[in-house]
Amino acid sequence: MALLIYGMINSVVLALYAAGFSLCYGISGLANFAHGAFYILSGFTAWNLMNAMGLPFYLAAPFSVLITAFMGFVFYWVFLLRVRGIPLAEVIVTFAAGVGILELLMWKGFYGMRYSLPLFMRGGVEIGPVAVDYQRLFVLVTGVGLVLLLWLFVHHTKMGLAFRAMAQNERTALSVGIESDWVGSLSLALGSALAAVAAMVVLPLGMMESAIGLEVLIYALAVAIVGGLESTPGMIGGSFIIGFGQVAAARYIGANWMIIVPLAAIVLVLAVKPSGIFGKFKELEERV
Amino acid sequence: MIKEESRYRRKRLDRGIKARADTIFVIASWKDLTYLFLPRAVPVIALLILPLVLPAYWGKVLVFACVYGLLALSWDFLGSCGLFSLGQALFFGMGAYLAGTLNHYFHVPPILTIPVATVGGGILCAALLAPVVRLKGVYFAMITLMLPLLLRKVIDTTGVFGGTHGLPSLSPLPGETVAVYLAIIGFLTCLFIFRSVGNSDYGLVLRAIKDDDRAVMSGAINIYWRKIQAIFISGAVGAFAGALMTHHFQFLGMSAFALDYSILPVAAAAFGGPGTFAGAALGSMILVPLSESLRALGGLRVAIYCAILIVSIIALPEGIFHYMARKYHQFEKLVEVK
Repeated sequence: MALLIYGMINSVVLALYAAGFSLCYGISGLANFAHGAFYILSGFTAWNLMNAMGLPFYLAAPFSVLITAFMGFVFYWVFLLRVRGIPLAEVIVTFAAGVGILELLMWKGFYGMRYSLPLFMRGGVEIGPVAVDYQRLFVLVTGVGLVLLLWLFVHHTKMGLAFRAMAQNERTALSVGIESDWVGSLSLALGSALAAVAAMVVLPLGMMESAIGLEVLIYALAVAIVGGLESTPGMIGGSFIIGFGQVAAARYIGANWMIIVPLAAIVLVLAVKPSGIFGKFKELEERV
Repeated sequence: MIKEESRYRRKRLDRGIKARADTIFVIASWKDLTYLFLPRAVPVIALLILPLVLPAYWGKVLVFACVYGLLALSWDFLGSCGLFSLGQALFFGMGAYLAGTLNHYFHVPPILTIPVATVGGGILCAALLAPVVRLKGVYFAMITLMLPLLLRKVIDTTGVFGGTHGLPSLSPLPGETVAVYLAIIGFLTCLFIFRSVGNSDYGLVLRAIKDDDRAVMSGAINIYWRKIQAIFISGAVGAFAGALMTHHFQFLGMSAFALDYSILPVAAAAFGGPGTFAGAALGSMILVPLSESLRALGGLRVAIYCAILIVSIIALPEGIFHYMARKYHQFEKLVEVK
C-alpha cells in the first residue's frame, strides 16, 4: 500500500518535472536544456517575492509562474531565434544558458538550508496504514489536474491546435498561417511555466538550492528517454516506470539504490528499443 | 571621407601557394616553405619550449590547457561525424576511474594504467553509447549529458571506488617535467593525427555522415559502425586525458565526472571554430589560461564560459580559427573603383 501511494506520488513528481521539457520538444523540436534552471529560478523568484516584497505565498507562486513563462518567452526571442534550425547551436545555447543560470545562482549564495518555500497545507491524513501529508496529496492532485488541463488545452483551444499542427508538420502549419516563431516562443513559455508550476508544488517538500536544477533536468531527460521523446503517453509511462522503480528499490534494496533505477532503465531501454518505449519515429530510417 | 570610401574597395585575393598547395604539393621557394610550415611549426615549438621558461604555477596551467585541449579535440572529432556530445566528462571520468582503480586496488604502475585506461575507456564508452548512434537529433546530446551526472550520483550514493572520499595517494608520474611533456606530446600528436585523418578518406566519410547520412548509407557504408569507431577514438582520447590527470593529481574522486569537463571543451571548440581541430586546440589554449586568471571570481567562472559560449555561437559561428586562416591565406588591398 505504501509502495502504491508513494510510488504514485513519486511518479507524478517525475511527470511534473518532465512535462515542460517534453511538451516544448514535442511542439517545436526545441530541446530546452535550460529546463532545470528555469525550475530553480522560479523557486528563487518566489522566495524573493515573499521575502523582499512581503507577498504571501499564494500570491507569490502564480506571479513567479508568470515571470518564469515570460523569461522563457524572452529567452526565445533574444537568443534562440538567431540559431533556430541549427540543432547543434540550439542545444549548446540552451545548455549553456541553463548552466550559466545555475552557476550564477550558486555564486549568489543560493544553496544551503536557508532557502525554502512554505507548504500550502500542513498536516496529514492516514490512508489505511500509510500516513501521507497533505502537500504530497496536493502534488498528486496538481499533477493529475495539470495533465487533464493540458489535454483540454491542446485538443480544444485554438492555440493548442496550432501547437499540435506545428508538432505534426511545420511547413504545412506555416502555409495555413501559423507563425512558427510565435508558436516556438509560446511553447517555450508554456514549458517554462510548467517547470515553474512543478517547482511551486514540489519545492516545499525539500531543500531549494541550485544543484537541484541539474537533478530536475536529469530526471526530465531520463523520463523522456525511457518513454520516448515527443509522446505524451511516453512521458507519463516513463515517469511511472522510473517512479515506481525508485520507490520499490528504496523499499526492498535500500535508499542508496534509488539513483541506480533511472540509469538501469535508460541502459535497458537503449539496448532494447533505442527510441524509447512509446517512441514513434526517431529511428534513422524512418526519419521524415 | 564618404567620397573616398566609395572610390576604393577592398580586394581580396588568395595567395598563389594556397591555390596550388591545396591540391598538389609544389614547393617553389623558401618564402613558400615558410608560408606553409610557419603556422604549423610555431605552436609546436612554442609548446615544447614553454614548460622550460614558465614558472611552476603556469606550468600546471599548461597541463590543464593540454588536457582540456585533448577533450576539445575529442569533442570536435565526434562533432565531425555529426554526433554532438554534451558530456566529455563521461570519457574523462571513464579514463580516470579505470586508471585510478587499477592503480589503487591492483597496484599497476602508471606506465601500464594509462594505456590500458586509454583503450579500455574508449571501448567502454563505445559500448555504452553504441545503441544511441541509431537515433537522430538531440538524443546523443541528452544521453551524453546525463550519463556522467548519473554515474557521479551512483558513485556518491553507493560508495563504490572510494565514494565521496575518492581514492587518495595513487602512484605519481615520474616527475613534474614528465607530466607536462606527456600532456603536451599527447595533445600535439592527437592534434596532428586528427588533422591528417580529417583530410583522408576516412575523415571524408565521417564528414559525409554529418552532411548526409542517407547518401553515405546508399554508398554501402555501414554508418553505425563508423560512428561507433568515432566514439571509440574520441572516447580513447578523452580517457587518456582522464588517466593522465588522475596520476598527475595522485587522486581520484567524483570530480572526474564534473560538469566543467563537459562545458569547457564545448566552449573551447565553439570559440575556436568547430570542424578544424586546430580551432578546438586554439580555443582551449586561450580559454584555459583566461579562466586561470579569472580564478579570483570563483564560481562565476563557469557562468563566464557559458556567456562566451552563447556569444560565440550567436555572433561568431565560424570561430576565430576560420577567421584567422582566411586572413592568412588572402592578400587584402584597397583598389580604386573605376
